[in-house]
Order: sequence, then structure tokens, then C-alpha cells
Amino acid sequence: MTTYIIRRLLITIPLLIAISIITFALMQFAPGSPAVLDVDPNVPPEAREAQIEAMGLNEPLPVQYARWISGVVTGDFGNSYITKRPVSDMLLERLPNTLILMTAATILAIVIAIPIGIISAVRQYTKTDYAITLVSFAGVAVPNFWIGLMLIMFLSVQFGWFPVGGVQTLNADFDIMDRLHHLFLPALVLATADTAQLTRYTRTSMLEVKNQDYIRTARAKGFKESKVILKHGLRNALLPLITLIAIMLPTLIGGSVVVESVFSWPGLGDLFMTSVNQRDYPVIMIITMLTAVLVVIGNLIADILYAIVDPRIEYRED
Amino acid sequence: MDQLQHRKPEPMTPNNNHDNLGKHRSMLGIFVVKFFQNKLAVFGLVMLLLIIGSAVFAPLLAPHDPNYQTLVARLHEPSAEYPLGADQLGRDLLSRLLYAGQMSLLVGFAAMASATFIGATMGAIAGYFGGIIDSIIMRIVDILFSFPNIFLMITLVALFRPSPFWLIVSFAVLGWMSTARLIRGEMLSLKKREFVLAARTLGISKWRIIFNHIMPNAIGPLIVAATLAVGQFIIAESTLSFLGIGISPPTATWGNMLTAAQNLTIFQTAWWYPLFPGLMIFLTVLSFNFVGDGLRDALDPRVVEK
Repeated sequence: MTTYIIRRLLITIPLLIAISIITFALMQFAPGSPAVLDVDPNVPPEAREAQIEAMGLNEPLPVQYARWISGVVTGDFGNSYITKRPVSDMLLERLPNTLILMTAATILAIVIAIPIGIISAVRQYTKTDYAITLVSFAGVAVPNFWIGLMLIMFLSVQFGWFPVGGVQTLNADFDIMDRLHHLFLPALVLATADTAQLTRYTRTSMLEVKNQDYIRTARAKGFKESKVILKHGLRNALLPLITLIAIMLPTLIGGSVVVESVFSWPGLGDLFMTSVNQRDYPVIMIITMLTAVLVVIGNLIADILYAIVDPRIEYRED
Repeated sequence: MDQLQHRKPEPMTPNNNHDNLGKHRSMLGIFVVKFFQNKLAVFGLVMLLLIIGSAVFAPLLAPHDPNYQTLVARLHEPSAEYPLGADQLGRDLLSRLLYAGQMSLLVGFAAMASATFIGATMGAIAGYFGGIIDSIIMRIVDILFSFPNIFLMITLVALFRPSPFWLIVSFAVLGWMSTARLIRGEMLSLKKREFVLAARTLGISKWRIIFNHIMPNAIGPLIVAATLAVGQFIIAESTLSFLGIGISPPTATWGNMLTAAQNLTIFQTAWWYPLFPGLMIFLTVLSFNFVGDGLRDALDPRVVEK
């Protein structure tokens, strides 16, 4: 087990290096030299040369990469070409908002999907089951930005039940209810696809457990049906769902770009779109890399958790 | 102890379906019957034929020129003249929706074809040759899978060249990995079968064995994956177009129509405008998913006919 975890950690390192090289290469090959963008067109060529020299943009690529990555590892992400501020400061300002949104979406997805998935499995082949399956099909197919627009149009603008965007009422003091009021719709939209997926997984997992011998034994012992399902069934059905952390994370991070844009939510996704439109390379590079690193870590955690939780899995040394 | 964990195999019920229908049917016949017994799959197929047909025949069906601006018709509500209303520039929404379908479907199908081609080739090579080639290809797959797709797509499309062609190239480059994994798996099990050994004994070249002998046996899962992929690429295209970095106006796509509809005045007065383009994306993707799932069930021998 320990050797499995260590091996799993060791595989992660080359993966992270590869991710950083790809991100760096992508920005190098993108057209439009940052130095050109950075300098006023009226500045004489000598000054521009000096600028390029100062930014280290005429050094060989491996040297530039080495300088960039050693900075990244020590937390120095460089400065934004547009705002001139350290990228790390810009990220830290935005990160909490994105984390709040992602956490809320995860909670919503779990709270909605698991009970519905169980009901669907317990009532297999009934009208309820078909309706739930159909809705989860719809949840996977619906574009999240459109769901966001529809909710804003009907619930926020026409009925006035929710604010149209932002994290809180402008210029108001911090108020937890106000924050939650602003958080609900974006979190719901971000959770849509994952809720649908999770419902389907819960249903499948529960169906598999439902026919196991120990469930029949529990019934034979005369336990109440609710106890059989929730205590004996659910515990075992939840096991495979742990891996869903890994499956959900990329959709959550990717979805945040769209949701933050629709709801003017000042998080990382919103910062990413602004930076892309301004060609602010240092910021784009860091965010792209950061999201990939998060996904890798998510996968790592899911694999390790799964190994700890399920003793049936063997880890051979091949 | 371990023995106890094994589930008893489900009892095999003798399959009397052939007798019920009075004749022995071919594999294809069984597949067709199973597919058409699936109501959702049939619904998806009919919807798709309608949507694709309406896009192809847009010039005949559209009541107006999709780019013609009638100032007095700005945000006109649905009426006999404008069946689904008009947009903020007074262009007929129905006509724009029909033409937008052309672009969205074109990108979806072209991206699917290129991604499937790359994925199937990579997967076949990895699975058949194994060893170091397999390791390299599968590590590339792992690395590309680590990036949440949308970030690389946005970076590639926005920083390099925003055009339909480049959009398709980016989708293909970033969307071939799951097909590669699928085909590699198929390849690993198929290459050990007798017919491959027989082909090898006859001295047939490796590439012919891979593409002419093994691949036809993996065509089922490949078609299922490709069908589902079209829907995913249509979502991706409309997302990028909505964010303003995919296909830009005046060429209409369902995504960029929604960008224009994201406006407080429109939300207050013209509910139909943001409603219909999104509905088209939703129905198209849903139909592709229904058909894909229907194909999967129809190809799966464990799913029996009713």
C-alpha cells in the first residue's frame, strides 16, 4: 500500500513537468511578442531592444523556461504585462471567489444527486426512474451558459428573485445572507452537469449493490427497508463514487470560466478571459498550468483515497 | 474468502427471440431491430434528421435573408412575418437559427471526423505495437487529459487564429484522447485472436492487419464514441463562440447569437431571443446523445431484444 502511494506520487512528477513545458511552449509559439505589445509605438527601437534585453526575451528558450519555472516553483509568477502587478497577487484576489463557487457547486451536486440517484435505483423501471433518467440526460446535454442566461432572464430580471450577478450588493457591508443570495444561481449552474453525471453514477452503483447477498441477508434479518438501503446499501454504493472527485474537478474548473463570465463573478475564470482578450501572457500561462496541476492533484487524491477505503483492491508490483 | 466475493453469474436464459419472429436474423438485422425498439434513440434520430435537414435546406426554408436588417423590426415579437421574432438589429431569428445550424453542425462533424481519425490511428498503433510506442502515446494522452479542455481550447483559438478552420483543428488536437484509449483497449484484446495470427501467418503486412483486419471489428464502439463526440464538439463550439472567441459575427452560430442576446433590455422585453438559440444547441446535443446511447445498447450483445 505504501509502495503504491509512493509510486503513484512518483508518476505525478514527470506529468507536472510535462504540463509546465507544454504551457510554456504554447505561449512561446503564440504570435505577437509581448515586448512589442508592452512598449509604446513612439518609443525608439533602441529602447525597445533594451526592454527585450531587460525582460530576458532574447535568451535561448531553455534558459527562459528554466528561469520561469524556478520562479513558479518558489511562488514568483512574474508580473502582468497589462497591470504590471505581480501575477500571484492577482491570483490570490480571485482564488477565494472561485473556490467558494466550486465548493458550493460540489455541495449542491452531492446533496441533489445522491438522494435522487438512490430513489431512481430503488424504483428501477418505474415512471419515477424514467423521469429522473430523462432529466439527467438533459442535464448533461444542456449548455451551461444558456441555463445561466435563462435563470438570469426569468428568475432575476423578470421575477426579481435573485441578483443578476456579482458576489455581493455593490458598496454594501459584508452580509452572509446577501453573499449566499448571490452565490445560489451561479453555483446551481456550475453544478448542473456534475449533478446529472453523479445521479447516473449513484443509480448504477446502487443497482449493483442492490442485488448483493448481504442486502438479501439484511432483509432476511427483518431490518426496515430504509435501513437496508441507507445503511447496508448506500455505504457500499458510495465507494466507487469517491473517484468522482477526480471526474468532477475538471468540469468544475472548466465550467467556472463560463459561469463566472455569465454571472460577472470575479474569480479565476473571469480573470482568465480578461487576460486572454488582453494577451496578458504571464497570467494566461499561470492559470492554464494551475488548472492542470489541480486536476492532477485531484486524480492523485482520488486514487489514494480509493486505495485506502477499498481493501479489496490489490496492488501488485509489476 | 475471495471466492465468496464473486457474484454468481446470471443464469443464461435461452434466447427464443429468433423463434418468436419466425426466422433467423443477421447481426445487422438484430442491431437494427434493437435500435428501433429504443424510443429515445428513435426520437433522437428523427430530431437529428430534422435539424440537419433544416440546416442543409436553410436557403429554401428561411423566410428572410439571415443578415438583412429591418430597422422597424428590432426585437420584434414572434408573429406571422417573423415566426420566432427578430433580433436587436431587426434580423429574422428563424432564418438566423437555420443558417447558424449549418456552421455549428459543420464544425461539430468536421471536428468529430478529425479527432476520431487521430484517436483511432494513435490508439491502434499504441495497442498493436505495445512497448515503448504504447508508453509514449499513452503518456501524451495522460498529459493532455490533465488540462481542463476549455483552457487549452481558448488559448489555442484566441491566441493563434480565430477562424472556423482553426477551431476544428484545435478541437481535433485536444479531443482525440478518449478515442485513442478506447481503440487501444479494443486492439489489445483483438490482436490476440486467431484471425490475427492467421493473417500474420499469411505474411500480411502489419498496417494491413491493423486497418483491414482488426479495425473493422472495433467499428461499433468507434461509431458510438464518434456520435457522442459530435454533441460535445457542438457544445464546445457554442461555448467558445458565446465567449466571443470562436466564430464571430456576422456569421451566425447558436453560440454567438446568445452573446448578442445577453443584454438587460432583451431580458426584460424579448424573452424569445435568448430562448431559441440555446434550445437548438440543447436539442441537437440531446439527440446526438440519445442516438449514441441507442447505438451502444443495440451493439451490446448483453442487452437483449424485448
